[in-house]
Amino acid sequence: MSILLNKDSRMIVQGFTGAQGTFHAKLCIDYHKNIVAGVTPGKGGTKHLDIPVFNTVKEAIKETNANSSLIFVPPPFAADSILEAAHAGIEVIICITEGVPVMDMVKVKKQLNALKAQGGKVNLIGPNCPGVITPEECKAGIMPGYIHKKGSVGIVSRSGTLTYEAVWQLTCQNIGQSTVVGIGGDPVQGMNFVDTLKMFHADPETKAIVMIGEIGGSAEEDAAAFIKEKMDKPVFSFIAGKTAPPGRTMGHAGAIVEGNSGTHAMKIEALKNAGVTVVENLSEIGKIVKENFKITAN
Amino acid sequence: MKLLEYEGKDIFEKYQIPISKRFGVLKLGDDPKSVNITRDKCIIKAQVLAGGRGKAGGVKLAKSKEEAREIIEKMLGMEIATHQTKGAALKVKEVLIEEASDIAREIYLSIVLDRKDATAMLIASSEGGTSIEELAHSNPEKIIKIPVDLNEGFQEFQVRELFFKLGFDKKLYKEFSALVKNLCRLFKDIDANLVEINPLVITTAGELLAIDSKIVTDDNALFRHKDLQAKEDHESSEIEKEAKKIGINYIGLDGNIGCMVNGAGLAMATLDTVKLAGGNAANFLDVGGGATVEQITKAFQIILKDKKVKAVLVNIFGGIMKCDDIANGIVEATKKINLNIPLIVRLEGTRVKEGKQILLNSGIKLEQADSLWEAAQKAVSGTN
Repeated sequence: MSILLNKDSRMIVQGFTGAQGTFHAKLCIDYHKNIVAGVTPGKGGTKHLDIPVFNTVKEAIKETNANSSLIFVPPPFAADSILEAAHAGIEVIICITEGVPVMDMVKVKKQLNALKAQGGKVNLIGPNCPGVITPEECKAGIMPGYIHKKGSVGIVSRSGTLTYEAVWQLTCQNIGQSTVVGIGGDPVQGMNFVDTLKMFHADPETKAIVMIGEIGGSAEEDAAAFIKEKMDKPVFSFIAGKTAPPGRTMGHAGAIVEGNSGTHAMKIEALKNAGVTVVENLSEIGKIVKENFKITAN
Repeated sequence: MKLLEYEGKDIFEKYQIPISKRFGVLKLGDDPKSVNITRDKCIIKAQVLAGGRGKAGGVKLAKSKEEAREIIEKMLGMEIATHQTKGAALKVKEVLIEEASDIAREIYLSIVLDRKDATAMLIASSEGGTSIEELAHSNPEKIIKIPVDLNEGFQEFQVRELFFKLGFDKKLYKEFSALVKNLCRLFKDIDANLVEINPLVITTAGELLAIDSKIVTDDNALFRHKDLQAKEDHESSEIEKEAKKIGINYIGLDGNIGCMVNGAGLAMATLDTVKLAGGNAANFLDVGGGATVEQITKAFQIILKDKKVKAVLVNIFGGIMKCDDIANGIVEATKKINLNIPLIVRLEGTRVKEGKQILLNSGIKLEQADSLWEAAQKAVSGTN
């Protein structure tokens, strides 16, 4: 078991034939053959990387029964691509694109919420994220596949390379991962920490969770409240940005301390208060999880 | 992108949001006499991106044209440090000269992106002029919040709610309703993250006036705003602007350890680790996903422009980009730039063994580390 993706996931790639789409889709296919179709408007009927290309998501679903999508479409058109996938019935949408205007995401969120209110099943991850991977079953994103190892620790993170760092430390300690979810660094995004934690909480194979946050917003505080109230699985957390100056955006549009909100200290306090094991030194994530969570890796 | 007060007011004017009569904007080097002040009393305001400038001498009232010129001369080029600049001083390069108003009442009004609910939120308070953050802390009940549906605009019933909560005189309703609706329209049109009027005043003559403006727009949406693209970035330093041009995300800091990292989250965590090891980073620098020889060379050059830098820490997690390629990049870049301060490299990820071997065989004077923690400690001792 895992969350969001598994070996049976049937994935399409939107923006399949572009440079980014081609490069990363190929690595995803090499990792595990989950990609069943590509979508590039105007290139329908052709083949790319030996996989059929369609003009629309609807056609791709009709022909291939796809249920998830990986998006590499450039920023001005990314929101529309997310909505195309959602309205066509794709259940797991992963948008890698960096630089999507926040106003576009406000519109996307509104429509996704309306779809959900009508009983639609749709989960958006991203934008501006490394993607999702269920080790040895499905890689949907730009993360290096080989650093992962199948196991029972769920990871959720707002950052890319920081996630790889944590994953690699766990793998080196022989601790595998159930699913690794990069929710991305934008201020308005699809799934947040709480949404992901709920899934890990319900997944019997996930025995512990590592949550990697950063300054800005209140997603970590919300996660702490959820953990305190609902979760009994051990949670470990690292929060980046302790030394970031207020008012400046550190790479991720969402990573900014505004006034008194979103500070490192507030997040750490909320997490500790919820019983989360907070890791202060990034280099010790693997070691601390190992010490506190004695499982033998599968 | 953060706009200066007068740039924000240019936009206010387009959206019929009432502002004071402006006599002009003068830049450093301009003749103070070149502005045509047509009233006896005027206000001279330093155009810097920092709240609290009034207390720091950045807002002055002049009672005559002569006094105005004296103030302008003094203010242009002065340095302003406020609670928002965190000890650093901002040089005043431009001043705005406008008519002084007789204020009867001040309120706070803003629209901000509420990331949690993915909506725009109108925030108002009858306590204008002061810091809304302080007020949110001390008297949260005095803050009015109303969600804004940007497609529908601000609704009449929402205007009424706001209007009566603020306790305005009925005579102002029409004017206030138009102002709030226009502000919402503006917020959407320019892809803003924040539009703030603090204070919005009622003059003794009973008129509404936006006395100040603060606008922050979404950098990701710049591609659809040619007019904003053309504006100067007032927030970034020269080095930061140069870095941005070549696709490197750089922010200057106070310490002496230059940092080069791939990925924003890992870059932030690297600064934290340096601090934990007892040092201070000189910068945040994200070289991006594809750390090519060219990018690495440029990143080194950018880092070394800061003369405070006494050691350089490179922390790269090679994912798609392999460690041996990165190592080759570091070797080539170091040769090009003739580095003469300690260099500490921590590589991890794909083909790390090969990468480390390349660094070892290169003959370049550098120290390698197996973990970020070790690298940070070595960098700190390198500066001593």
